[in-house]
Amino acid sequence: MTHYLDFEKPIAELEGKIEELRRLTSDAGVNIADEVGRLQSKVDKQLRSAYGKLTAWQKVQVARHPERPHFVDYVEALIDEWTPLAGDRLFGEDAALIGGIGRLAGYSCVILGNEKGADTDDRVKRNFGMARPEGYRKAQRLMKLADRFRLPVVALVDTPGAYPGIDAEARGQAEAIARCMEICLAIRVPFVAAVIGEGGSGGAIAIAAANRVLMLEHSIYSVISPEGCASILWRSAEQAKEAAEALRLTAQDLLKLGVIDSIVPEPLGGAHRDRGRTIQAVGEAVARNLRELIGQDGGVLRMRRREKFLEMGRQGL
Amino acid sequence: MNWLTNFIRPKIKALVRKTDVPENLWDKCPSCTKMIFHRDLEANQRVCPHCGHHLRLKAKRRLELLFDDGTFTCIELPKTATDPLRFRDQKKYSDRLKDARDKTGESDAIVVAHGTIGRLPVVIAAFDFDFMGGSMGIAVGEGLVAAAKLATLQQATLIAIPSSGGARMQEGILSLMQLPRTVIAAEQVKEAGLPFIVILADPTTGGVSASFAMLGDIAIAEPGAVIGFAGARVIEETIREKLPAGFQRSEYLLEHGMVDMVVHRHQLRDTVIRTLKLILQPTPTAEIVPLLKPVADGAAASGPAS
Repeated sequence: MTHYLDFEKPIAELEGKIEELRRLTSDAGVNIADEVGRLQSKVDKQLRSAYGKLTAWQKVQVARHPERPHFVDYVEALIDEWTPLAGDRLFGEDAALIGGIGRLAGYSCVILGNEKGADTDDRVKRNFGMARPEGYRKAQRLMKLADRFRLPVVALVDTPGAYPGIDAEARGQAEAIARCMEICLAIRVPFVAAVIGEGGSGGAIAIAAANRVLMLEHSIYSVISPEGCASILWRSAEQAKEAAEALRLTAQDLLKLGVIDSIVPEPLGGAHRDRGRTIQAVGEAVARNLRELIGQDGGVLRMRRREKFLEMGRQGL
Repeated sequence: MNWLTNFIRPKIKALVRKTDVPENLWDKCPSCTKMIFHRDLEANQRVCPHCGHHLRLKAKRRLELLFDDGTFTCIELPKTATDPLRFRDQKKYSDRLKDARDKTGESDAIVVAHGTIGRLPVVIAAFDFDFMGGSMGIAVGEGLVAAAKLATLQQATLIAIPSSGGARMQEGILSLMQLPRTVIAAEQVKEAGLPFIVILADPTTGGVSASFAMLGDIAIAEPGAVIGFAGARVIEETIREKLPAGFQRSEYLLEHGMVDMVVHRHQLRDTVIRTLKLILQPTPTAEIVPLLKPVADGAAASGPAS
């Protein structure tokens, strides 16, 4: 563990102590297993209490945690015979939105997802997970491919939002997102989306208008970033904390609002504390949903997907 | 009061009866900053007579200008949950809604009406920018869904006229969900074999541009309208560069292949009629008798091959 969030300070201290003790043990050969065990249970207690009642703003931080597993980690652990497919055939290749074919739990699928990048160079290459129109047009192309060969589509969402830049606007960012959503809602194959970190507005929904939408326990999904919302409505980005609460962007709120279908629990202390288990849990949840959808008539899948979105927000909340 | 007003007042009173005088008789053009007499501005469809700048129009006024004889029937929009998140920033969202309703006289930022244009059945869904910046929440999304349904029932064309900053933040994720919902609405009209025309008015940005607004069979933009995904300020802050002149304006979008045409408000109705007739009445309405083409000097006479 290298990166601690603000509210994890007491945990960081305890874990620091454990580290120190371990170093002492190896140096002096003293048995301090009891002491380490005692501290470890303290850490677990702290984690349980901190993560049991995370505020919306804390969830925003956890969702953005640099060590949280990213799209490429999921692909590496879950997808067999991964075959990335590049380019939109119109302008370019966008490394912020990755797509390809591979097997998930044996099923051959088209897999799409935002990638934020692992280190500084990678982050720059991935544009911090903010796709340009090319990314969304590549996604369109691959979803059409899935439709043609009756392959299910899986999308893993993790983006601060679509890229706001001159080039992106010049090449029709709005149109690319709108058309991508149109194809999400048109394909006649099973479609499962999972928000694994940040679900940033139009850039997220563009690949998440799916039959089933899942969210990791501490991920977020919002129409605008809390900072953006605060700077507009409170006229100061300082109020991001309040905005995060007001926006109701947590998985738990979204489930209540009927916007998502289920929540995938994270290990104690968040996805970044046990990346492997998190990835497995997401893999199992996606596979379970796919199995329920595979075999259903394409027209029915498409109709139900549309009906689901049309019903959203209609019920009194 | 001075001697002059005292002196002439009786005569003037006899000449002009007391009428309701609007408070602002003059409007200032936001583009050229010249003053325009309000009646001149209205008569000119709120296009500045000095510089041609297109000022924003109220939804109902748009409907008057587009429908035949300025007549149309508004439909009552489905009731939706108000303030589902019980959102509050510096002010309660429910209060903001109430203020917007009082200010505009509309129930939300969209007006849906049906009638005819060029005697063809048309449903129009027009945004009212004065209502919380035309922002799209559940009610607006529901308005578009209802408009699409009405269009398919009446076998009518759907015209959407966005004028909106984007999704309504105060409805959180539910406003984001209006993107797929309005995309479905547009799809339903298209799948019924009916035209879906979008008239992009100032501004069309954010979640509204990234959904139904960019999916028209025909996309017409009003001159000078701001159309784009991200707001100019957000882009400037992200890239730390000045934006080029005319960036995200209708003409810029035309140049970049994002709209079919930029049409002056005065020609909007005629353009819509012509386009609709070209799409919906592909065969000649009467038998066409070909005229003999004038033959250029010196060229060999070549009649139509028949």
